[in-house]
Parts: sequence; C-alpha cells; structure tokens
Amino acid sequence: MAEIHTAPSRSLRGFSALLVYPRLVWVWTRAMAQYPASLLTLSLAQALISLSELAALFFVFSHAGRLAGFGLHETLLIYGLSGVAFSLADLFMGAVERLGEHIRLGSFDTMLVRPVSPLAQLAADGFSPRRLGKLVPNLAALVWALGEADIDWTAERVLLVPVLLCSGFVICASVWTIGACIQFVVADARELANSVTYGGQAMTQYPLAIYGADIVRTATYIVPLAFVSWQPALYLLDRPDPLGLPEGLRHASPCVAVALALVAALLWRSGLRHYRSTGS
Amino acid sequence: MSPIIEAQDLGREFTVSSGRPLRRVRRTVTAVRDVTFSVASGEIVGYLGPNGAGKSTTMKMLTGILRPSRGRLRVTGLEPSRQRTRLAGRIGVVFGQRTTLWWDLPLRDSLALTRHLYRVPAADHARRLAELTELLELGPFLATPVRQLSLGQRMRGDLTAALLHAPRLLVLDEPTIGLDVVSKSTIREFLLRLNSEQGTTILLTTHDLGDVERLCRRVMVIDHGRLAFDGDLSALRATAPSPRTLIVDLTAPAPPIEVAGATATRVEGPRQWLELSANPAEVIAAVSATHRIADLMLREPEIEDVVARLYRRERTASLGKDG
Amino acid sequence: MRLHLAVFACGLRRYSTYRAATFAGLVTNSVFGLINATILLAVFAARPEVNGYDATDAVTQVFLAQALLAPVAAFGPPLGLGERVRSGEVAVDLLRPAHLAPWWLAHDLGRSAFSLLFRSLPTFAVGALVFTLRLPQGPAHWGMAAVSVALAMLVGFALRYLYALAGFWLLDTRGVNTAAALLGSFCSGLLLPLAFFPDLLGSSLRLLPWASMVQVPADVFLGKEGVLGGPLGGLALQAAWAAALLWLCAALTARATRRVVVQGG
Repeated sequence: MAEIHTAPSRSLRGFSALLVYPRLVWVWTRAMAQYPASLLTLSLAQALISLSELAALFFVFSHAGRLAGFGLHETLLIYGLSGVAFSLADLFMGAVERLGEHIRLGSFDTMLVRPVSPLAQLAADGFSPRRLGKLVPNLAALVWALGEADIDWTAERVLLVPVLLCSGFVICASVWTIGACIQFVVADARELANSVTYGGQAMTQYPLAIYGADIVRTATYIVPLAFVSWQPALYLLDRPDPLGLPEGLRHASPCVAVALALVAALLWRSGLRHYRSTGS
Repeated sequence: MSPIIEAQDLGREFTVSSGRPLRRVRRTVTAVRDVTFSVASGEIVGYLGPNGAGKSTTMKMLTGILRPSRGRLRVTGLEPSRQRTRLAGRIGVVFGQRTTLWWDLPLRDSLALTRHLYRVPAADHARRLAELTELLELGPFLATPVRQLSLGQRMRGDLTAALLHAPRLLVLDEPTIGLDVVSKSTIREFLLRLNSEQGTTILLTTHDLGDVERLCRRVMVIDHGRLAFDGDLSALRATAPSPRTLIVDLTAPAPPIEVAGATATRVEGPRQWLELSANPAEVIAAVSATHRIADLMLREPEIEDVVARLYRRERTASLGKDG
Repeated sequence: MRLHLAVFACGLRRYSTYRAATFAGLVTNSVFGLINATILLAVFAARPEVNGYDATDAVTQVFLAQALLAPVAAFGPPLGLGERVRSGEVAVDLLRPAHLAPWWLAHDLGRSAFSLLFRSLPTFAVGALVFTLRLPQGPAHWGMAAVSVALAMLVGFALRYLYALAGFWLLDTRGVNTAAALLGSFCSGLLLPLAFFPDLLGSSLRLLPWASMVQVPADVFLGKEGVLGGPLGGLALQAAWAAALLWLCAALTARATRRVVVQGG
C-alpha cells in the first residue's frame, strides 16, 4: 500500500490549526444538537444569567446617578465592551479552562497524539452554541450604549470599534490561555485561574477608576485588563483619563493584544514541554 | 533499512513532592532508566510489565507526549518530543481505555473528521476506509452513535480511526482490555493481517497474555524502570523456566496427593493441581497406582508465570547486588 | 446516628484532601469580594445610605456572601447524588439500610463544615483586613448569627438535593443545574444585596428559599429588620424553609424509590 504523507511543515502548522478549529467546532455543535431541548434550556439560562448581571447594573444606577463620574450610558458602554470581549473569548476559548480535567482523565494525551495543535483541540472541545446565550445580551447592551452614549462619531471612531472589540477578545482569550497554563503545574488550579478570568470580567464591567490608582496601574501595566474596556471607552467617549495616565495608552489596545497573545503562546509551549501526564 | 524505533539509554525522572505544606519533601523518582532497544520495520513487539514498572512512561515518550530526561530516542527517524506533530502524522495510537471517537455522533462522522485532522487526500481516505470497513466488519454499525456501540465495536472503530492515515507504526496500549473472547480474536487476527499484508510495525502493551502468545514474536519486559528482558517469546520461557502443571480430577475428594516428582499446589474438591519436577508420564503412572482418576490435563507454563518468575529473579538479583 | 457521624467525618476528610482547590477557592472568593465591595463603595461615595444600608453594611454583606458561597454551595457544585441518579448507581444506594436523604445530608454537612473553617473564615478575614466590617454585638447576637449560618447550610443542601432528584424525572439535568446557578446567585443576594433591588422585588425575593442561603443570614448578622421584623423573624423564616424543603426531600425520595422499584432498578 502506498504511504500517505501529509505531515504539515512547521510554518504551516499555525495556519492549519485555524483550518481545523472550525471543523472541530462544527462536529461538537452537531454532537450538542443531539439534545435539542437541553441545548435550548442551557442557552436561555445563559442569557438569563447575563441579563441578571445587567439588571444588577441598573439597580446600582438607580441609587447612584454616576459612578466615578461615569453615567449610566457611559458605564453601559464599558460593560458592553467588556461583556462582548469576554463572551467571545468564552465562546471560542472558554473550554481551555478545563485543561486540568483533561490532564487528570488522560484525554489530553489523546489530543497530543494527533497532528493538530492541542490548543485548538482543547479550545474546540465540547464547543456548544449555548455560549451564544451569553454573547447576545452583552452585544445588545453594547449596541444600545453605542447609540445612547455621548460619542462624537468620526470616521476613525466608527472604523476602530471592531478593532477594539477584536483586541479585547484577543486579550481575554490570552488571559484564559495563561490561566490554563497554570494547570500544567497545578492540575486543580482551575478556580485560581477563574479568579483572573471571571474576576477580570467582573472588574472590567465598571469604570476602572473606582478601584483607585494602584489597581488601575496594575491592570494597565501588569495584567493589562484595562485595554479590554476601560481605555477603549475613554477613547470612544473622548474623555481625559481621570487618573492621569498617559493619553497614548488608549490607542495601545491592539499592540497590547498582540503582545499578550505572544506571552500566552510562549507559556503554552513551555507548559507543553514540561507536561508530565498522569500516572506512571 | 533504518529501525522504526531506536532508543538508547532512555531515562525519565519525575520530581514528586509529598508531605504537608511548608514541610514538603521533594524527591526524584526514576520511572525509566537506561532503556536501550530498537524495533525494525515490520515487527510486532509486546511490551510487558506490571503496573508502575515504567511501561506507560516509555509509551508516552515514544509518542512524544513526554520529553525524556536523558538518552536518545528516534521514532520513524524523528525526535518525538520535538517533532511531535510530524510524528503524529506517521504513527497511529490507540489507548484501550479511552476512545477518541465522538460519543454522540455516528461512527462514520468521527472517521470523516479524522481525514481532516490528518489531512489525508479524499481518495486515499475513501479507499482506506473501504478496506478497513471490510476487514473489521464495521458496515453494520457505521451509522450508529458511538455511545450505543459495544466495547468491541468501539475498539474496532478506534483502530480504524488510528489507521486511516496509513501509519507505519501502530502503538497500542491495552488494545483488548475488557473485550469478550470473540472481539479479542477478531482484533488479533486483524492485527496479524495488517502486519503481514501491509508491513505495519506494531508495538503493544498488554496484560492479556493471549495477545502476547498470539501476536508477538518478540517481547520486551520492563520492571522497576529497567529493561529486564528483550528477545523471543521462546527465549523468555527458557530464561525463566517454569514447571508444567498436571491437573488431576479424581473420582472423589482426597487429601493432597503425595508422589515422587510432583507437589500438590492446590486442592479444590476432587480436583488437584500438581507442579511437575519429573517426567509427566511417570507422575501419571504413580498417581493412577494410588488414586482413581476421572480426567487429566497437562498445562504448559503460561507466559504470566514466566514473567512473574522473571520479576522475582530480577528482584533477588538486585537485592543481592545492593546487600 | 453513629453511622451519620461517620459519614459526616468522611465528607469532612474527603474535602480536606483538596488543599490546593480550597486555597484556589479562597483566592477567588476574596477577589470577587474585593471587586463587589469596591463597586458598592462607589455607590456610597454618591450617597450615604441605601434602603437602611450604609457603606459598612454593604461591604460586610459582600464578604458574608462570598464566605457563605462555598458552605451553602449557592451555585454549585451539584451533589454527587445527581451523577449517581444519571448513571443508575442510585439503585444500590436505595437498597442500603440507611435512608438516602440523611446519608447525603451528613456527607454534605461534612463538606460544608470543612469549607466554613478553611474557606469562609479566611475569606471574611481578608475582607476585615482591607475594609471595616460590621460584627454582631454581644453573645446572643453571635449565637443567632451562628444558627442562621447553620440553617443556611440546611437550606442549601435541601435545594441541591431536590435539583439532583429531578434526575429521576428528567433525562438531562444540565439545564436544571444552570437554572439553579442563576436562582442561587440572583435571588439569594449574592450577586447584589437585595436591599439594592427595587423595593417590591427585593422584599418578595427575601421570602423565597434562595434568600435564606445568603440574604437572610446577612440580615441576621447585621441586625437588620429584614422582612419579618428582626433577627428572630429571619431565623423563623429560615427554619420554616429548611423544614419544608427537607420534608419535600423525604417525600420525593419515597416517590423516586417507588419509581426505581417499579422500573426494576
């Protein structure tokens, strides 16, 4: 029998992950669709969870007209930018937080013996359209806020909205991947990673200025969550930074996203190199 | 032709920490040490050893999952841990206790996805799939969701998924675990055909000695991280000779039989097990002189006994060395 | 009784082996406590009082909620019972001489007791280090707060036991678990103290069982009026829910048992 040789060259590998990922996603979606009633309830429940958080924001604003100088619509803009970035990351990369579980069950080993990026397999694992339930209310909130908030719509701003959302998505996805890398070292650290991922989301939903200068600096220069919603909102609203950080930062989101993605990729590679598998 | 697998002085250590927090003790455990062997194209090799002996660690190093701590390793000419992705395109791996198939989808869908994972041209894929469907008789359940398949059917599906890209080396970890006799024999016959007709090299770990006796001309035994034996199955028997056993069914229960050249090792009602140290014919004659025999059975030493003896010998040898 | 003490100890020991997970959970609870407290403090920067709550009350409730989250398991994890119902292994449990509900109650209280000591207390301590928190005044008040926490654990158990029993009637309980997480966070006062909700909504939610896991204990702890007038009213409400839900657990277990027997186990 003739040998079939299909091993991808090194340079093509990153690209091939992009090709295989949608296929894996499609297979998982079909698998989930075998239980339509369950899928529907789960999507609805996810949407309701997002809506309940949105309701909390309205309740808070019913008592305070402004938070740290930001009104309802301005805060809603921040909330929407953060929510969309995080729900996109959750939709496409959320499954990576289960790395520890896959290591424990040995299913990560089966991902490693396929000629496809294990990160792509892990991210697609158990992909479920129910996560769209989270995205839709957040997207609605963002669209509403973009219309209602006091934004001077120049051509540049219009064009940059998708760029800012993409950057936010990449930053969140990278944070998620870095959180997963911790589980290479401590297998049951999922919750620890959650304090950064979900904690990060909770923190970026409100004007960052309420946390005070030290935390804002940390979230700008160390764990750059400020570039998910806070700096982009300052840019869209054309407001000065209340804490007096450099104005240039508001244009830095795309660069930060690329840099953080590189850090995540390096950590992932190093995690794979030191992977110990389970058992003997 | 260069060997499919070349391992030289292969070793792997793990650091384990134990004890309470703050007073943790870190120590290094050697799972595999100084393992050297090579496997030529077209061989079927059984890799045996008790749990925790370093079997899985070796398998994981061979497939690129684990990076060796020391030594040199080449599989199909590649260095597994550095070239894992390329290697994965050249080998097929089946873990007997874990399926790679999609639980809720028909078997056919999982196999179709395999084509994209391994990037096999459509025509090649179709041809291989038709071949394997016939050989493994997948036809009747290709459209069945994997969760409804029997264990044996699922294993046949997993084997197919691992072979669709025509790998040169097939690595099997406990391929027949939990299967019924018929499924086991289907899979063994298939592996023999795959090996003889397509020249696929097969390396398998197993606890099922039926697999070893039926499939493997060559066995490697690992114990305490070291290669304790590497050679023919018959040579293994010769290295650690084990007595044959005579099973005697008497017409009525009796106290343990005492005859020259045999020792009773087990008594269950009228049935007795005699470990032979002399010619079986003489022992049978001696027993029938004193007892009424209903039935007789002579059992060759099983590979299980042989391996167990080998472990015991290794252990005594190493104790002798240390002491 | 001795059996159930053994099961309790077993639950306690089992969770004490998850040291890393306990630490991770503690960090997560503290981080969320700090975030939620900061958001509410921003509200109090604009006005001194919201529905009888001042800044200290609000921050105290935030950390109480984070501290109670693990012992009452307001949004999970579900009881292991659910998995046993799904796999059918529960048939074996039902054949044991011990009753199903008390068995799981003892086991779950073991888990709760462990997380109360090693997750709740440290989480609350983190809050007390960073912010000023309000503590109960005098031994009687402390006593009522303790009883309230214990009742919250009972209610938390009973709810999760009922969610797990749903598996006897539904094929797939993932939807139930997600809905449970939603109710457990929004209606309990965990997401936002019910005092910040619109009046009618807030006081109606206080009467539902989910509030008895977080909001009512917080009312008792802070010495607030609550919805039934003072700490004793709060305790009575929690006790009523605990009794009603545990009775429902027992009644539904009996029906589920009959169902298993009829199906031939």
